[in-house]
Amino acid sequence: METRNRKIALAGNPNSGKTTLFNNLTGSTAHVGNWPGVTVEKRSGTYRNKKTGERIEIVDLPGIYSLSPYTSEEVISRNYILEESPDCLINVVDATNLERNLYLTTQLLEMNVPVVIALNMSDLVRKQGDLIDAKALQEKIGVPVVEISALRGENLAHLMEVASQECGKPRKGSSVLKESKINKLIASLEITLREKGVENSLFHAIKLVEGDEIECEMHKDLLPMVEEFRETFRDPVFQDDFEAYVADCRYKAIGRDFSPAYKRKEGGRDGSKKLSLSDRIDKVLTNRWAGIPIFIAILFVLFHLIFGSDLLYLGAMGAFGAEGLADPLAGTIWEGLFVDFGINSPGVILHNFVDIVLNNLILGNISEAMSAAEVYPWAQSLVCDGILGGIFAVLGFLPEILCLFLAFSVLEDTGYMARVAFILDRIFRRFGITGRAFMPMIMGFGCSVPAMINTRTLATEREKVATIRVIPFFSCGAKLPILTGCAGAIAQSFGFPYVDLITVSMYVLGVVAAILMLLLMRHTTMRGEAAPFIMELPAYHLPQFKSLMVHLWDKTKHYVKKAFTIIFASTVLIWFLQSFSWNWTYIGVEETGNSILASLGQLIQPLFTPLGFGSQIGPLGWVFAVGAITGLIAKENVLGTFAVLAAMLLGGVADDYGEVESVLAMVQSTGILWPGIIAYIAFNMLTIPCFAACATAKAELPKGKFRWTILFWLTSSYLISSMIYLVLSWWWTLFIFLFLIALLILGIWYVNQIRDGKRRLPWRRA
Amino acid sequence: MDQQRLSTLHPGESCRVLLVDGKDKQIRRRLFDMGVTPGAEIYVRKMAPLGDPVEITIRNYELTLRKNEAEAVLVEVTSHGNEK
Repeated sequence: METRNRKIALAGNPNSGKTTLFNNLTGSTAHVGNWPGVTVEKRSGTYRNKKTGERIEIVDLPGIYSLSPYTSEEVISRNYILEESPDCLINVVDATNLERNLYLTTQLLEMNVPVVIALNMSDLVRKQGDLIDAKALQEKIGVPVVEISALRGENLAHLMEVASQECGKPRKGSSVLKESKINKLIASLEITLREKGVENSLFHAIKLVEGDEIECEMHKDLLPMVEEFRETFRDPVFQDDFEAYVADCRYKAIGRDFSPAYKRKEGGRDGSKKLSLSDRIDKVLTNRWAGIPIFIAILFVLFHLIFGSDLLYLGAMGAFGAEGLADPLAGTIWEGLFVDFGINSPGVILHNFVDIVLNNLILGNISEAMSAAEVYPWAQSLVCDGILGGIFAVLGFLPEILCLFLAFSVLEDTGYMARVAFILDRIFRRFGITGRAFMPMIMGFGCSVPAMINTRTLATEREKVATIRVIPFFSCGAKLPILTGCAGAIAQSFGFPYVDLITVSMYVLGVVAAILMLLLMRHTTMRGEAAPFIMELPAYHLPQFKSLMVHLWDKTKHYVKKAFTIIFASTVLIWFLQSFSWNWTYIGVEETGNSILASLGQLIQPLFTPLGFGSQIGPLGWVFAVGAITGLIAKENVLGTFAVLAAMLLGGVADDYGEVESVLAMVQSTGILWPGIIAYIAFNMLTIPCFAACATAKAELPKGKFRWTILFWLTSSYLISSMIYLVLSWWWTLFIFLFLIALLILGIWYVNQIRDGKRRLPWRRA
Repeated sequence: MDQQRLSTLHPGESCRVLLVDGKDKQIRRRLFDMGVTPGAEIYVRKMAPLGDPVEITIRNYELTLRKNEAEAVLVEVTSHGNEK
């Protein structure tokens, strides 16, 4: 008979080396598990005992400082331990930061679960010349303590052996509060809870005393007991504040019993004035004057390396001479290495390489083979345009996504990201978010997908939702062709030569829209205090290659999986709508004009009248609506569709039409005016992002928020774009809008006053 | 005794926590969890370039918090440091 695999959970502070331990224990078997209903990842993998061959499931819980009810990570970890009851809990403790790490330990020990303490980074402690008496600590705490180094893989087998031994032994919760003045209350609550049949009664009793919101909701009937005791309780410092008292007791107990196990070198860190390397780096990076310029420089270099098409500006400086460099690799798969006068950046080279391999080699050959085999044209189109085209469009982003993700992981790993938040928090708090939200937003300029994934580092759910919603407003790389194409077309047909100006102002528009929407949310749906910003600033250290790679591999798998499921389904659907007519016959890409999608476009065309590309631009105006819809697959498709439609309307093949020519063709055949084109850029920039980004948003947002987010994107893009069109067409409408906006602000202010109880409705007398 | 709010201290100064009494329960709890409890020793390391979040050393690690969160912490100054 096969027995159930044992399950061991890892819990500990953020930055305690939990994930390194997890990766080291599970090796390459780690897989990302997306638990339903939660937004923060819990990961699980398998550990194999080399001697016995036994398999143990390892669950990596999110990093937490406490088991309070305020952050989603804490609630997830807490519920996991209480409800799934793992066979053993390994509490990873950063030995260099013993005191604060053990604070969580005192809470974990209160649950009825076997605990083993892994003293991580004990090698660093020794390097500092300090010493930890693990035996003494073990005696005081009452559970096994094992010194390890997760990074070097030291002592891990021993740790797992000890943990396996503990698995079988039931353990009763114990608390450092036993010696405190509130022990009587805890004891009587515990008994009452146990009589009610509540498991982990000690843990629940203590949380009740702390006034924990979740707990008080669960055991309302016991609250009078707490209140009764509170009446009689008086402490000179804390009065009747149990929550403060409990926290204090924990730290006092740690200071009294556990910390003495840490023996500092004579005249160690406390006494000496010598700055550590980390301190010296920090002095420069967060310097009063240099801090912000250094940050901007780092950001610039990053984006230049990933998205720049002229590495180090060699081309612009004429490094290869005035004639430039004829691409010696043209026609090979290395074609994308050079640009006209210089070298592409690594990110662009990778992108071009993947693009050529996917589209030219694989897709091209399949397409030729299918033509040669004379399969049905619809089947060929389904495979090449629908299935592979869609998937490759999404996979084509992979190089940029991964480069961007890698770069930011390195920054995060070294500890610099926390400093960025520290430097910039001042600016961002007035929008109701913390400095931490800045990085994901800036990443949005590259690609929304890694940007949204990175919102995971944000402390509160509210901040996360707000950030994810505005990320698409930071116009990503794929939206750039829309911008340049449309701006170029405006320049050619309306004699407005400042293409750069249009492009830059659209980027600015996105940022302004993001700021305004953050402010709007802050004062309407997401009211209340700004998210707190109380954050650990970890010591700088070198990024770890192995864990970076594991991280990256995780993300790749995640993304590729999505490419083959939700994104795949959506793209095939749009392909179908685009290539079939209403009588269910295949009509091919060339005749998109007669497709179901085209008639849907015609149907919704009038909706875009206030935006300048609706009914006023005649019967062919549906092309803009269709472009916006196909843009959902990938924003590059907007212009791709235009090229196809241009070929259909004006003759020729789609390949003849470049970015600007495609838009020009649309302008000529529909007679759209320039305010309409600008509004169209704005609409595409601000509306629902591509499917890949939507899928990411859905995974990252808390339950139920995704629908509202989609609605938010639709309405904000619609309103802003129509405002742009109307103001650009009739300048005096600006005053109407200013008036309406003023009314809106006044209205929000008034409603908020009423909600805060500062004002009454006029018809309600006191 | 020199009682002050943590938010009014300057870089280089050291203090001991007397009381954490903010109104916001979540912030208070977070401060406790991060080790800002009565009796804890704090060294104010620096301020952010724009003058707001402050960085402190507490219980042997570095913590950053905003001034309005530091406002909730009542401290007694133990040393004015040797910097100005």
